[in-house]
Formats: sequence, C-alpha cells, structure tokens
Amino acid sequence: MGRYVARRLLQMIPVFIGTTLLIFLMVYALPGDPVRGLFGDKGGSPQVIAQLRHQYGLDQPILVQYWHYMKNMILHGDFGTQIASGRPVTDVLGDAFPVTLRLAGLSFLIEMVFGIALGIVAGLRAGRVTDNAILLFTLLLISVPVFVLGYILKVIFAFDLNWLPPNVNDPTNYNEMLMPAIVLATASLAYVTRLTRTSIAENLRADYIRTAIAKGLPKRRVVGVHLMRNSLIPVVTYLGTDIGALMGGAVVTEGLFNIQGIGGTIYQSIVRREGTTLVGLVTILVLVYLLANLLVDLLYAVLDPRIRYA
Amino acid sequence: MTIIEEAFVPSPRDNDGGPLLEVRDLHVEFHTREGVVKAVNGVNYNVAAGETLAVLGESGSGKSVTAQAIMGILDMPPAKIPQGEIRFRGQDMLTMSADERRKIRGQRIAMIFQDALSSLNPVLSVGYQLGEMFRVHQGMSKKDAKAKAIELMDRVKIPAAAARVNDYPHQFSGGMRQRIMIAMALALEPELIIADEPTTALDVTVQAQVMDLLAELQREYNMGLILITHDLGVVADVADKIAVMYAGRIVETAPVHELYKRPAHPYTRGLLDSIPRLDQKGQELYAIKGLPPNLLRIPTGCAFNPRCPKAQDICRTDIPALLPVTEQDGGELPGRASACHFWKETLHG
Repeated sequence: MGRYVARRLLQMIPVFIGTTLLIFLMVYALPGDPVRGLFGDKGGSPQVIAQLRHQYGLDQPILVQYWHYMKNMILHGDFGTQIASGRPVTDVLGDAFPVTLRLAGLSFLIEMVFGIALGIVAGLRAGRVTDNAILLFTLLLISVPVFVLGYILKVIFAFDLNWLPPNVNDPTNYNEMLMPAIVLATASLAYVTRLTRTSIAENLRADYIRTAIAKGLPKRRVVGVHLMRNSLIPVVTYLGTDIGALMGGAVVTEGLFNIQGIGGTIYQSIVRREGTTLVGLVTILVLVYLLANLLVDLLYAVLDPRIRYA
Repeated sequence: MTIIEEAFVPSPRDNDGGPLLEVRDLHVEFHTREGVVKAVNGVNYNVAAGETLAVLGESGSGKSVTAQAIMGILDMPPAKIPQGEIRFRGQDMLTMSADERRKIRGQRIAMIFQDALSSLNPVLSVGYQLGEMFRVHQGMSKKDAKAKAIELMDRVKIPAAAARVNDYPHQFSGGMRQRIMIAMALALEPELIIADEPTTALDVTVQAQVMDLLAELQREYNMGLILITHDLGVVADVADKIAVMYAGRIVETAPVHELYKRPAHPYTRGLLDSIPRLDQKGQELYAIKGLPPNLLRIPTGCAFNPRCPKAQDICRTDIPALLPVTEQDGGELPGRASACHFWKETLHG
C-alpha cells in the first residue's frame, strides 16, 4: 500500500512536467504578448517594451524561460509575477483559489447528494414511470448549455421571485453562491444520476441481492448496505475525476455570476497571454486532479476488497 | 426385504399434525413482452420435518421458480402467482403481509444457492454476512454476532475459523464458500432449508463433502430439506423422496430408490437412461430426443409428448393427472404417483 502510494506520487512528476511544459508552449504559440497587452491600444515605445520584456525574462528562448520558471517554482515556491497587476502569482492564486474551492465544493456536494439520490430512485424503479421521468430530466440538464440555464435561473429565482441574489458580491456568502453552484453542478449531476441508476439497476439483479432478500433482511438494509456498496464504485470514480473538472470548468459559470475565481483568472490570463500566471493556475489544477485521482484509486480498495495494491 | 426398501421411510415424521410445508396447486407465471411464460403449472408437494425431498428436473422445469415462490423472493412483477397455496406449519404464506413473510425468511425457512461466489456479497466480509443474520433477526451486538459467526464457521468445518472470519468471499475456495452459504442458512436453525443446486458449481470430491455436511446438519437439527438438482447422482444418497418436474408440473413422485429401480414415467426413464455408466463404455450415450418445451407455448396434452417414445393420440390432447400407481396385482406403492397415461406400460413393461 505504502509502496503503491509512493509509486503513484513518483509517477506524478513526469505528468507534472509534461502538462506545465505543454501549457507554456501553447501560450508561447499564441500571437501577441503580455507586455504589449499592458499598453492596450496606445502601442508604447519599443525601448520601454524591450526593457519590460527583458525584466520579465520574455526575451529569452522559451525553454530557458521554462527552466527558470520551474526552478523558481520548485526551489522557492515562486510562481512568477502577474504582469498586468505586478502582483506575485501566488497572491493571485491565494485570492482566487478559496473562491473556486468554495464554489466547486458546494457544486460537488449538490451533484453527489442529488445525483446519487435520483440515481437510486431511478435504478430501483428501472423501466417504470419514475425512472423514465428522471432520465428525461437528466437529458434536459445535459442538453441545456450552462449559460442558458444560468440566465433562466437568474430570471426566475433572482428577478421574478427574489429568492436569491443574482450576482455574487461576497464569495463567502453561501446564499449567494447557491445559484452558481447549482448551475455548475447540473451537467455532472445528470451524469452521476445516470451512472448510479445503471449501476443500481444492474446490481439489483445480482445473486447476492437475492441472497440478502432470502436472509430476511429489511429492504432498507438490502439497499443501503448490500446494494449501495457495490453500486457506488463506478460513481466514486466519476466523482473523483469531476473534482478537477469542476474547479477548472467554472469559467463560464464564474463569468455569469461575477465570481472572481480560478476560472475567471484563467480566462483573463489567456486573453492577456500571461504564460506565467496561466501555468501557475494550471499547475494547481493539475495537482488537484492528480491527487483526486490517487484518492479515488485508494478509495477503491476500501469499497472493493477484491482490489489489492502492490 | 432388501436393504434399499429398509432405507426408505415413507411417512412424514412430524408429530404436531400435518407436514411442515405443503405446496398446493401452485401456479407461477412471468409476464414478459413476448407473452405469459407459464413456469409452474399446478405443483403439489409436502415436506415433513427431518425429511428430504429432492426435486429433479432440467433447466426451465420450474423447480427453482417453485423454490423461489416458497421463499417469497420472486420479483413480482414480472412474476405472478395466480393460483395456489404455500402452507408453512398450516399457514398460507401467500396471504401473509410482506413483513410477516420477511420474518419467516432466513429465520424459519432458509435457502442455499447454487453459485456461492456470486451469491455472497463480494465487498462484505463473511463474518459480517454471517453475523448479519443474528444482528437483524435477534438484535445481537456486533461483537456477539462475530463470535456467533466464528462458531458457525466452525460448525461447517471451516479450518481456522477465528482467523478467517474477516476474510472476503473471494479469498475462500469454492467448497469453503458453499460451506459459508450453508452456515448462513443454518444460522438461526430454520425448520426448512431449500438448497437450489448446492453442489453444481463444485468439484466432484467437494460435492460429496458438502452434501454429507448438509445431510449431517439436517439430521442434527431435524430440518426439512428441499434439494433442487438436476444431478441424479447427488440425490441417491441423501433424499427420502423425489419429485420429478417437467414444464412446470410434477410428472412423477417416488421414494428415492424405487424411482431409480422402476420409473413410472417415460421422462424419468429417459433421465435415468442418460446417466453414463461404466458397463456401457464405448457405446453411444442415450439422450432424450428434442428439447425442453418453450414455456410460452407449452404443447397441448402432456407437455412431454413431442419427445416421448410412448406418445399416443391421447397424449396430444389430454393432460395426464398425477395419480397413484400400483403393483401389477393392485398392491399399493406408497408415496408413488405418475402423470402419464401409460404409466402401467412404463412401470411394469
């Protein structure tokens, strides 16, 4: 087990280097550069631009830039400087990360609780009216784009009914965060529902469920203990990988509700060609993603004793 | 009197009047998209305490469905029981509430399934699954239930029970897993055990061990046992009486050794003739021609008529009732019955 974790952590190193390099190169390949961006439409004198480019190390070859960047990051925990504001990227991250974490966490909770609950209800009644209604509902959730759903919810719940505020001013206020969290959760919620439903419906026909019923166990126990443990394994996988997706995929939702999170910062960094900021943000997301995956793999062994790590 | 006849005990051994389990005119159908599958079409049988009834038949003969109906574990829908009674200690279980039936399941009637690997929950330890019986039905604490589980594993001769109680089903061999299934069924000392092909998935040597264990425990607790099988070899040593099923009906009943000696139904004869025998080595093995009937369209008359070597016109029109058979001189043959228009020719011919 310990060796397995160690090996998995070591495997993260090449993945980490690969993704950061890829992002670096992609940003470099984009036309335009961050220093010109600073001057907006005015242009600015070539000397000043050259001076600034030198200051930020942008005049060096891309691989050298990457080397310096990685060296600073690993040795000093220095993720570089956001050129537009002059602030260290770690500061920018420190502002944006908790906001996104809160949004993603709330979304995750919604998708997990409601997705699994709906999935169980549908799976236990597979083929009947309730099941079909839930399937139709999830189809709707998957088909409606986030921005459409966001506006619809805003119009209904914020402007017509006045139940929830339309925008987020204070990211620590969960009342304000509720609507964006719901919007962010919808598509994943639909997938979780469908995955749970299929898994439940399939395991419901398993021999060991018949045994559990033949043992005279109450239905609560048959479903809650015997059926759930087996059915949740694929759902846990999906949920684990979705943590990363929720954090990085909130660009549209964050824009819709005026949330200053990672998604918004990534979007701005792309527009301004801020390679360093972007790589810093993506690095964090990659780490979150890799750790979530490792966690899921370890959770497997807890859920299914047939899986052993060596 | 031969040894074989001595071994046969014809009468029920209950002393509180009436058999332990009485199945009366049981019908089970499955409503599917293709139509109504008539899986069980009027089955009658009794089991007394301490008695072993073997139910014999091919796949699709309705033997397992009957057992599941007794257990109350049929999925309804699609299954439906339009007719019949299942009396346990005189009470019709089909009229009971779901909760009353649940309390009988596991406590008073228990079931052993064929494939222990898939029938045990793969993600729960065997100790948990055994202990669950005590925790749910007797409200025992987790700790006491585990002690009971170890005791049970000892009882079914699993070596080093205390060390293995926290192991998972996949960590046991096939024979050991089936022992755990048996232990689970025995946990609350039920009055009746239904074993649905308990040895089919096992090696021949292990089969004998498991059957012996089952027979031994049955004697010890004086339980009724319904042994469902398609293996005539398994039945011979442990059963008291046999019911042969075909297309959802019982076609012949008999004390076990009588059936082997003199079948009274052409189907039973066919089954016995298709057992490979050492003295027939090199010869072609006999097989009953044709296939079991499609239960959506059971043939009119006797369901076996398309495959029967003795079939006459009457077999294609009239369903033969299960009636007692007698010796040629009219002498009684207790416990014997056949559902064949030509049982005389089959039995005495």
